[in-house]
Amino acid sequence: TVHTSLDVVDEKISAMGKALVDQRELYLGLLYPTEDYKVYGYVTNSKVKFVMVVDSSNTALRDNEIRSMFRKLHNSYTDIMCNPFYNPGDRIHSRAFDNMVNSMMMQVC
Amino acid sequence: MEQGPAGGPAATGTATGPGGLLLPLSESEQQRYSELFSRCCPPPEAAAGGSSVGELFRASQLPPDTLHQITEICGAKRVGYFGPAQFYIALKLIAAAQSGFPVRIESIKNELPLPRFMALKNDSEVRYGTPAELHGVKFQVPHAPLEKNSYKRTDEGDKQELKSPPMSPICSPPASPSTYQRIPLSYGYGKSRSGLEQQHGAPYEVRHSAHQQDGPSSGNYGAKPALTCSTPNRSLSVEREQQDSSSHYSDDPWRITEEQRDYYINQFRSLQPDLNSFISGSVAKNFFTKSKLPIPELSHIWELSDVDCDGALTLPEFCAAFHLVVARKNGYQLPETLPETLLPEYLQAASLKPMRDCTLFDSYSESLPGGQQSRDFSRTEKASAEEVPDNSALLQDAKKDDKQALKVSTALKMIPKEFQHLTVKTAAQESNALKARPRSRSYSSTSIEDAMKKGEEPPTPPPRPQKSHSRASSLDLNKIFQQNTQAVRSGWLPPPPPALPPRPSVSQTEQPSEVELHPQMNRPPSQAEENSSAKKEVVLAQPPSKPARRKLRTEAQGLETPELSPTINVTSSLPAVKPHLPVQKQSSKQKRAIQTAIRKNKEANAVLARLNSELQQQLKEVHKERIALETQLEQLRPVTVL
Repeated sequence: TVHTSLDVVDEKISAMGKALVDQRELYLGLLYPTEDYKVYGYVTNSKVKFVMVVDSSNTALRDNEIRSMFRKLHNSYTDIMCNPFYNPGDRIHSRAFDNMVNSMMMQVC
Repeated sequence: MEQGPAGGPAATGTATGPGGLLLPLSESEQQRYSELFSRCCPPPEAAAGGSSVGELFRASQLPPDTLHQITEICGAKRVGYFGPAQFYIALKLIAAAQSGFPVRIESIKNELPLPRFMALKNDSEVRYGTPAELHGVKFQVPHAPLEKNSYKRTDEGDKQELKSPPMSPICSPPASPSTYQRIPLSYGYGKSRSGLEQQHGAPYEVRHSAHQQDGPSSGNYGAKPALTCSTPNRSLSVEREQQDSSSHYSDDPWRITEEQRDYYINQFRSLQPDLNSFISGSVAKNFFTKSKLPIPELSHIWELSDVDCDGALTLPEFCAAFHLVVARKNGYQLPETLPETLLPEYLQAASLKPMRDCTLFDSYSESLPGGQQSRDFSRTEKASAEEVPDNSALLQDAKKDDKQALKVSTALKMIPKEFQHLTVKTAAQESNALKARPRSRSYSSTSIEDAMKKGEEPPTPPPRPQKSHSRASSLDLNKIFQQNTQAVRSGWLPPPPPALPPRPSVSQTEQPSEVELHPQMNRPPSQAEENSSAKKEVVLAQPPSKPARRKLRTEAQGLETPELSPTINVTSSLPAVKPHLPVQKQSSKQKRAIQTAIRKNKEANAVLARLNSELQQQLKEVHKERIALETQLEQLRPVTVL
């Protein structure tokens, strides 16, 4: 399902036509509401994709919250990128990053 | 040592235990025991309270059943309380237990080290552990398995002695960032680093962790830190190490010592000559990869040290990163968060706190707004010219510290370079040439400096603009001050030289330098006078152009600021500075002050000249208009008359 959602992401960004560097466009919104969960997508300017899978039973999640979560993710990701020892594509081991993600998830649950 | 009430029964120097056993107590033991006893039982009682005694015994870190045994043997159970005799026997038994002897009466007949108690409020107890050195060999064995990594013990002997005095107060487990075991420092690191010299010492002293493998050995740490700590292989002098360890509360491995800081700065310079700017990520990556640490760890270190997450390392960030790498190489676990002492703000502040005599230098320079330094500089220069042969090293150090502090006060940036010139040229006769050179350089960096000053950080807040408003813009005041300062300066000049011993050799050069500097100093005041006269003209021309007047006002204020403030502050700051030894600081500050004043005066000059020309033009135009109007009037008059 995550892989199918990736296809959806690709479809969406290719459908954009000219290069839209708008921040808002980075947030792709609800990609595909499957039976069990929802998938949200977010792509950065460098075509790095964030995919968030949320349990459908958690209906309290609003769009704004998702957006803010993606924003935080993006910020943390750029911080990771600053590290010259980090190879893009590696597993991210940063504790700060993990902490941020965990706190974010705690917030939602 | 109070032997009073507690020592009474033991005055004979022995303790009687169960069965009337007489135990000889050595003098140190006697003192120690009586002290402990008096602590546990406040005089004038003769018996120690059970709770405090129990606390003390628990502090010895012996297992509880041993303690029970001890109390049993010493007879407290029988007697019901801890009398002095029981107490002393108990202490001896504790010592025996800590030494590894079985808890028996027989064991305490021997010569024993004093018992060690951990986590007591009174750290001084551990100092008494020096007799433990007698048993030093014995304790090395249990510690051998505790050592990790490659273990080099070089210069063990003298280093141990040196370490034990500063380390002895460290008994109770300091609040370490994490539970660091007694990790010896391995200096094989030096090989992996290109040309790295091992310069770690004081911060990597023995760490007491609460999880000591053997209880008795914990007490040893106070007395014999060097036992488990592989002594640092220092390239620098040992005295320095001691001094550093005492200056930094040495039980913190995350505190950067002076030599380390110097080393890091040198490394930084090798990567990036400008200490004010950063090392880029890729450069730093290559550099730190040389340390052969695994990439995830390097990544973690980077995360910790690059606080602003900009992908580049400033000097304090670099120092922190380097320090972490060094610590990791020596076996310390990397912390989860950056320790306080490695924070960039802390490191910056620490770098400002001059470890050498430049304390005042930096703080003083920070407190002074740039303008003041112009006046100080005049004095500075003269003094520096004198001291150059003697204090060139100090000045170099000042320069270095300056360089460290560059991030905070950009004004200082000028000084190191100027200092360089000043120190290089020792002849006092060249002071004129020297002044000329910094002055010329000051021009080039004026704009940059001003621009940078705007964005300066809190440590040197730009009080100059404020001062300009606070100061009265009366020109008379300006003139008065100038006259005063001239007199003051001449009066000041003689006193400093005789006050300092290192100057006698240069005293002869004093007089010529004084003479030379006087005309120089007269020049800035004369410039200021010119400015003030120009200001006066400008003020008179106020009516025609009001906006221009306002501009002039602020300029006048700005002009006066450097002149007034330095003069006033010079007088007030000088007495403060004098007691602190550092005339070289005065000289540098004065130099700076002079330079900035000169710069400002020149700027003001240029501005005023421009204004002057503009006003002249306006005047001409107004004249023309007037003439035109008059002719018109004349033309019209015959008409009206007629």
